[in-house]
Amino acid sequence: MLELFEILLTTGFWAATIRIASPLIFGTLGELICERAGVLNLGIEGIMTIGAMAGWMWVYQGGDLWGGVMFAASVGAIFGLLHSIFTVYLGLSQHVTGIGITLFGSSLSYFVYRMLLPSASTPPKITAFQTYKIPYLSDIPIAGEALFSQTPMTYLAFLTVPVVWYILQRTPVGLAVRMAGENPVAVEAQGIDVLAIRTGAVVVGSALMAIGGAFITMSAFDAFFFGMINGRGWICVALVIFASWRPGKALMGAMLFAGLEAFQVRAQQISGAAIIPYQFYLMLPYVLSIIAMIIMARKAKYPQALLVPFRRGERV
Amino acid sequence: MQIEPREHMSAWRVGFAPVFAVFATLAICAVLIVWAGAPVIESYQLLFKGAVGSRFALNETITRSIPLIFTGLAVAVAFKAKFYNIGAEGQLYCGALAATYFGSGLVTLPPVLMIPFLMLVGAIAGGVILILPVLLKTHMKVDEVVTTLLLNFIILLFVSYLLEGPWKDPMSMGWPQAKSVIDEGILPPLFAKGRLHMGLYFALGAAFLVWALMRFTIWGYEIKAAGLNAIAAAFSGINVNKTIIRTAMISGGLAGMAGVSEVAGLKGYLTLDLSPGFGYTGIAVAMLARLHPLAVVPAALFLSGIYVGSGSMSRAVNIPAYISDVIVGMSVLAILVAVMFSQYRIKWRS
Amino acid sequence: MPVLELSHITKRFGALVANDDISLSLEEGEVLALLGENGAGKTTLMNILFGHYVADEGEIRIAGERLVPGQPEAAIAAGIGMVHQHFTLADNLSVLENIILGTQSLWSLKSNMTQARAKLVQMSEEFGLIADPDAEVGTLSVGEKQRVEILKALYRDAKILILDEPTAVLTPQESDDLFVTLKSLTAKGLAIIFISHKLHEILANADRVAVLRRGAIVATVDVKDADRNSLAETMVGEKVVRPKLTAFSPGKPVLTLNQICVAGPSAEPLLKDIDMSVREHEILGIAGVAGNGQSVLADLLSGLVDAEAGWVELLGEKMQKFSAAQIIEKGVGRIPENRNTTGVIGEMAIWENVISESLRSENISKFNSIISKPNAIKQAELLIKQFDVRCDGPLAQTGLLSGGNIQKLILARALSAEPKFILANQPVRGLDEGAIAYVQTQLLAARERGAGILLISEDLDELLSFCDRVAVMCDGHLSPSFEIGSKTIAEIGLMMAGDFIQEQRSMANAN
Repeated sequence: MLELFEILLTTGFWAATIRIASPLIFGTLGELICERAGVLNLGIEGIMTIGAMAGWMWVYQGGDLWGGVMFAASVGAIFGLLHSIFTVYLGLSQHVTGIGITLFGSSLSYFVYRMLLPSASTPPKITAFQTYKIPYLSDIPIAGEALFSQTPMTYLAFLTVPVVWYILQRTPVGLAVRMAGENPVAVEAQGIDVLAIRTGAVVVGSALMAIGGAFITMSAFDAFFFGMINGRGWICVALVIFASWRPGKALMGAMLFAGLEAFQVRAQQISGAAIIPYQFYLMLPYVLSIIAMIIMARKAKYPQALLVPFRRGERV
Repeated sequence: MQIEPREHMSAWRVGFAPVFAVFATLAICAVLIVWAGAPVIESYQLLFKGAVGSRFALNETITRSIPLIFTGLAVAVAFKAKFYNIGAEGQLYCGALAATYFGSGLVTLPPVLMIPFLMLVGAIAGGVILILPVLLKTHMKVDEVVTTLLLNFIILLFVSYLLEGPWKDPMSMGWPQAKSVIDEGILPPLFAKGRLHMGLYFALGAAFLVWALMRFTIWGYEIKAAGLNAIAAAFSGINVNKTIIRTAMISGGLAGMAGVSEVAGLKGYLTLDLSPGFGYTGIAVAMLARLHPLAVVPAALFLSGIYVGSGSMSRAVNIPAYISDVIVGMSVLAILVAVMFSQYRIKWRS
Repeated sequence: MPVLELSHITKRFGALVANDDISLSLEEGEVLALLGENGAGKTTLMNILFGHYVADEGEIRIAGERLVPGQPEAAIAAGIGMVHQHFTLADNLSVLENIILGTQSLWSLKSNMTQARAKLVQMSEEFGLIADPDAEVGTLSVGEKQRVEILKALYRDAKILILDEPTAVLTPQESDDLFVTLKSLTAKGLAIIFISHKLHEILANADRVAVLRRGAIVATVDVKDADRNSLAETMVGEKVVRPKLTAFSPGKPVLTLNQICVAGPSAEPLLKDIDMSVREHEILGIAGVAGNGQSVLADLLSGLVDAEAGWVELLGEKMQKFSAAQIIEKGVGRIPENRNTTGVIGEMAIWENVISESLRSENISKFNSIISKPNAIKQAELLIKQFDVRCDGPLAQTGLLSGGNIQKLILARALSAEPKFILANQPVRGLDEGAIAYVQTQLLAARERGAGILLISEDLDELLSFCDRVAVMCDGHLSPSFEIGSKTIAEIGLMMAGDFIQEQRSMANAN
């Protein structure tokens, strides 16, 4: 027992928590923005996959790292645009469209990867983002080492949280996004194009998801594997509910999840922990996601117009 | 731009929507073929030949359509009630687990009883795993898409645990696979050559039964009503929650039978790569069939043909085999749009 | 020059001509009423003016300048403000947030909340429209929400204010207050258009009235030259005689509610200690402003929500919890508030909707499981004929029927089994005169046969002309019922505002 407790005191545990949380933060914030505007984006799993492939491929083909991030974001944005043409402009089922985008996006990533690297048997590697120690701050024992000795993409993830919060809560465009998710007619009655607002939110949200995917191949690892997103997108969807659609709580949720994940990896290595097969440790995040949704279900204050398409000039 | 409903829905527009979707999908995916440097027409010809061009190919295509018919039906029934069960993949493995558990020696019956028995326990297993998501949906309004998806991962890990641990067949030379189903439980092959097995009859029977259920029975009526308008359905005395739970059990059961058919029909034993995503492809099957149970059969044959045919196409003209998955994903999106335009039209503002 | 000029506006929805060559003008400081039956095209016209819809023909000029069609932002910029009948507010956001949406460039880096708050406070004082900027809209009363809607328009410097059925959700007293506010706005130079089908409020508050019938303007008259009868006739076209109540002595109660409470999501119950009884040969009306518990009461009696306390006695049987299926089996006929979304499933065929409440009856299905389509179609054909549903036969899609015919279909389903108790929730709302007369005739025939009817309506005129007794709902409470004629409209208005709740409390305390 004591050994388990000691894990919490290691720098490695906290550093890993923050590293594992980063893609979840991007993904959850991306999904949160979409849902705040009234659009459920179940394309997230596919968009993260395509972000992971696109960013990595950019760098592998000789591009620089930040260019790769931008490229992943752009590809994600294009898929977001596709999703919004279907759900926002054509008013099609958000559930089915999202699943379709995920199936299409993941398979297209694999296809493109194989096209460009037909004969690679072991996944080739890139020089991924390196840790950047923030001077002075990273010298603080444990917390400083864990927090301020990360890759720039992790810093970006944590920076995105207040930015998204500020935009949603403190700017006119954020207000329009929130209103579009609550009562789209109100947005139109104030002279704002609901479809444009929703499309914008889905595009930006999808770009964030893709960056989350890119984090995995460009910061957490340095190669692209098939199936490497492995349900992280779905976990993000659950985290949005867990976070009650609030960026700050999304950060907390992502940290909690990442903490448990980092914990289980370390707990497995403790002598005696092997009684429990590793598969059960791997199940943890999925199980926890379901539990998180159950816990929050009763309190969840869904955006009122989530899943409700808006059609201009339609007779009501 | 404005979208308005068509006043008169012409039958051919509705009926041919899937055909348009298929052609649109193939046209868009032609871009990928061009990119791969292969001739489009010839590639598709190769795909077609690979799917149905020989006795062997046809046999293989039909064999692979069996699990797709089951999962397509599972999705079609669930979507009819607007219960978005995306967990057919996991439910398939649950069925496979049940078939392995009961079929590898625990119970021995004559084949006439053994095969239906395995189908039944597989169906029950597939349904049981859906109890949690469906109750969460009906009683706590938790979105079933996410829970069923997450369960897929959990189930697969559980299968992996069993295959590497307690269920590992000691005779498997280290491969993670379970003990074989006893001979009485094996679905007999239909022809001397090829892998086609009796699971086909079960799949076709299931399609017919689901069609009859939807068309002629009160349950079918209730499923349709709950899906189209839950408020009106509740008002007219239909217990919507009960209907959704019942639908989920039927849906999970069908997906579970896919697992039984694969274990007892094709492989004989459970492995971790039993299904290359049959559960997810079932969504495309159901959408292409426009959720019609009988149309699931041709839709499953079509997509199975794409999988089988693209294998030989990719070998011949050097296109990554993932093209088949791209076609499947693309077809889901294409059918959505095609169906929409059979019901609505776009009016461009002058 | 008129501030607003509509010329030759025509708008079609498929085959339906909603607005037919409409021309109208509005002067500064003028109050114009748009009068017309439901479906006459009033709201469509205003939605075109505000840019929600694009007219197929015609143009709009504001102070001589042509208005860009189909863009609410252009209408707002031109000085048009619209108070929609269904408020366009987000319940989860604050009053201030609702008002400032769209007042700033979307790409500003910061919402100027402080400035906006100051302007809002100053405006609410100037116009006497009190609203707390930080209150969450969902917590406001209907009257307060309407004030926020008006403030929203004024905040954008509206010079022309459109109000769509503004009094539909208000008590008579609140309506009076609203018109006082509107008077003060016209004194400041605003021009106002309000939509209404209530003759008395038009005569009392408008300068001019334009009467719409089937999408066309049939008359535009100065209010001082108009009277109630002539307006009513112009509006309806031909004289439609509404059925009259004939005297019946009520029999024994068919429905009794005793101390019924229904819990809500918050601590406040939705229905509080409801006592009520409906007798044979009697129509009991429930009056009240929308959203005061009427729909909860209807849901309760439809078997859709459960009572937390109290009991119901229906046709001699005491019950505490009952499902919709049980209620139907007891032989209750129910006409839901929203015929399109609750009454029928639009995507299904007519025959399917006809049998939806009797799926397990012997006539419709065998072995409690297999539906007999031939029998169902026979039944549908019978009811279509009996209730004069205009359609292409039982196989036609229900959603394609007109509102009146859908209502007839629902009536057919609810009344064909000759129920002893009928719940009619807003049975004539949104119907034209012919259909209203038809529905009322059917309900009266049921009353004559001995049925007890509970009629819920927000239209006080309808209740007073069509009920034997009326009770008033406010805030989940139900007043004791009273005979028609024993109270004045003003007294009923006070009850709708909740005066009776105090009395009930003090009575309870005294006991």
